Amino acid sequence: VINEERPAHRALEPASHRERRRSKRPIVLLVGNPNTGKTTLFNRLTGENAKVGNYPGITVERRSGKLELADEQGTTTAVELVDVPGCYSLSARSSEEQIALEAVLGLDDFPAPELVVAVVDAGQLVRNLYLVLQLAELRVPFVIALNMIDESGPDAPRPEAIARVFGVPCVATDARRGAGIDGLKRAVRSALASAPVSSVGLDYPDALRTPIDRVAEALPPAWRGSVERDRALAMWALNSVEEDDELTGIPAELRERCAAAREQAAPRDIDLEIIATRYGFLDQSAKQFYQRIDPHPPKRRLSQRIDRALLHPVFGFAIFILVMLVIFQSLFAWADPAIRLLEDAAGALAELARARLPEGFLRDLVSEGLIAGVGNVVVFLPQIALLFLFVGLLEDSGYMARVAFLMDRIMRALGLHGRAFVPMLSGFACAVPAILATRTMERRRDRLLTMLVIPLMTCSARLPVYTLIIAALFPPTLLLGWLPVQGLLMVAMYLFSIAITLIAAAVLGRTAVKGRRVPLILELPPYRMPNLRTIARSVWERSFVFLKEAGTVILVCTIVLWALLSYPKPDPAAIGTTAPESRTPSAEHADQALAIEKSFGGQLGKAIEPALEPLGFDWKIGVGIIGAFAAREVFVSTLGLVYGIGKVEDDALPLRERIKRETDASGRPIYTPLMGLSLMVFFAVACQCMSTLAVVRRETKTWRWPAFMLAYMTGSAYLLSLLVYQGGRMLGFS
Amino acid sequence: MTLDEVSLGQTVRVERVGGERAFRRRLLELGLVPGTPVQLVSVAPLGDPLELLVRGASLSIRRAEASSVSVARLEDSPSSALARPAVELADAGCARGAP
Repeated sequence: VINEERPAHRALEPASHRERRRSKRPIVLLVGNPNTGKTTLFNRLTGENAKVGNYPGITVERRSGKLELADEQGTTTAVELVDVPGCYSLSARSSEEQIALEAVLGLDDFPAPELVVAVVDAGQLVRNLYLVLQLAELRVPFVIALNMIDESGPDAPRPEAIARVFGVPCVATDARRGAGIDGLKRAVRSALASAPVSSVGLDYPDALRTPIDRVAEALPPAWRGSVERDRALAMWALNSVEEDDELTGIPAELRERCAAAREQAAPRDIDLEIIATRYGFLDQSAKQFYQRIDPHPPKRRLSQRIDRALLHPVFGFAIFILVMLVIFQSLFAWADPAIRLLEDAAGALAELARARLPEGFLRDLVSEGLIAGVGNVVVFLPQIALLFLFVGLLEDSGYMARVAFLMDRIMRALGLHGRAFVPMLSGFACAVPAILATRTMERRRDRLLTMLVIPLMTCSARLPVYTLIIAALFPPTLLLGWLPVQGLLMVAMYLFSIAITLIAAAVLGRTAVKGRRVPLILELPPYRMPNLRTIARSVWERSFVFLKEAGTVILVCTIVLWALLSYPKPDPAAIGTTAPESRTPSAEHADQALAIEKSFGGQLGKAIEPALEPLGFDWKIGVGIIGAFAAREVFVSTLGLVYGIGKVEDDALPLRERIKRETDASGRPIYTPLMGLSLMVFFAVACQCMSTLAVVRRETKTWRWPAFMLAYMTGSAYLLSLLVYQGGRMLGFS
Repeated sequence: MTLDEVSLGQTVRVERVGGERAFRRRLLELGLVPGTPVQLVSVAPLGDPLELLVRGASLSIRRAEASSVSVARLEDSPSSALARPAVELADAGCARGAP
């Protein structure tokens, strides 16, 4: 179910687009393991001008920026530096992991790079050099940035020795402090001219020779190059291809030969033979890199001491809960002033447009559609910025990996990744930033499953709806003399949403997003001081991408919803005949109510009334539900318009009083406690939020998943509300 | 003995990595080739997963998967094994993998 959409996407990309990309500046790739300071180095090298795009057809982001290289004469050449997603090896199981190989070799639609910069963590040299060795064997031109050299102290590995072993330049850097950056730039500039290619050759076991050659013969023509490159690619295929992998562009012949080679080799393990030979070479070479090998570098010792507190069964969880509380509180409460400010600004701007523009369609479109739509978009920015600030701090400091470590046992029971915890928690404030934060998970299956269940958490937009219903329909009495009924109901709604989320995760994880569960392998990087510049940049990039890509969808939806509830305009004869100045507010409100009843939205509400009746709702609530698609809390203000009360601001008292009096044709009240319960269940489960759908579309690059989300959530909401209302009536409640 | 049976703080040597192929390959690529010393550093407060120290890096895997990694006790005490350079121990493993 997971990766099949890729070829179609590729076909959609116009050829001219590809050409343009090729003809641009020479491309230099930044490749390295996760947690090597690659992003910080990227920011150091490119200054302030990164672009965030996407790799062709897949949801992995492609960050690129201009790297300017000056020579001694002062002339500068510019190259495009591309940040390749961090990986431990080029071998791959999924098309996402395959990006690294394709980008390095310029396969398929990927523009061929002129040079690769391999970033390695000096503190974990041998493991980092595994990836470097793969580059060397592929005979791509590269230079090595020996990063985080500051953390290794006096026992730091020597770059000259590494350069000697691989036969390519190696420069020591400390991206956090900016040391060695100029040296790296110089090395890159001269390497662009000389294209240093390694000539490393490993002694693989003789038994591997035949299978490697057999597999190399079946490589696609576009992949082929020197004999060494073909052999390296054959080993890549032997390591990567298996029956149920999710790789793309592997010819059937190549698959068959890989399978045959593995079968013939049994009981020997080709994977082990290849990987062990490489580590054998690296371990041997490592003796030259160091004066003395310290298996417990100082950085690691410090981290272990910190972990003793932060992973402690009691203190560890206490600190964890505290950190999570701060994040949650900030999203829930601290973002509020900024949100209000943006809302007020949008309101003032709409007023201004209303006052300046001549009466008519354009005025309404600008003030009620366009400006309201922009307001609906920017209102998310404070929470997005705050959440990504925290995610950045957690990731950069190394604590996020500990969150996954602490919570894995619990999250695994739900079929979710440990890293899903922070996004899920954020879902209690707002699903939009929470869905954007699922990026912290590497695998698409984990991301998708988390995204699909996040909107079930009780977000803050549901609270005005719950508050209205609870305050209007349930008595402020105490149960058993001490339990407040209203507060209890609110707590019940939270518990209900958590239960529904867990059930949905369990069900969807076994059905819609099956995919294979890959066993957890989590690296716990050493604790480091977060780099504020890197975090600030990521906050800015995330906000910008949201504005650009999800913002347009939200804007269009707002305008469509506005048009639905405003058109067609009622016959002027039907509404108040008196001059506007002499109209009383209540007459104006009655006009508004009439206008909304006659609008497309009103007609739609009436059309779906038969479907809503079994849940206990009438067409007016139907209109409210349609309006709530802009954002759940809009339900309250739409109801205010429908009932002719006018704008419902913070004080919903008149609306509460009004709905209590509402009766159906036979004179029975519509708003009963049972109906209120049914309505709250509906709001808890239904996907009443176009912004959520817009960000899911942005993160999955397809409309299929947002459509699925809308269908599964709103479908379940309908069934559950039906169950509550009809079940309640059968039990004799009203 | 398998990796999930190691006691806290003990250092052992990898003998064989079993389990599902993708998982096995990933562990090998992270440096858990036969012969590599591995120390069980800590266990998550809820009993799972485990934190291992491999080649100077902390890796975390679950008990269920750790049970598919066969390990052998080091003849000498853990503390002196850690003081020895990792390379010497790893050589033995790669000789087995690459005759």
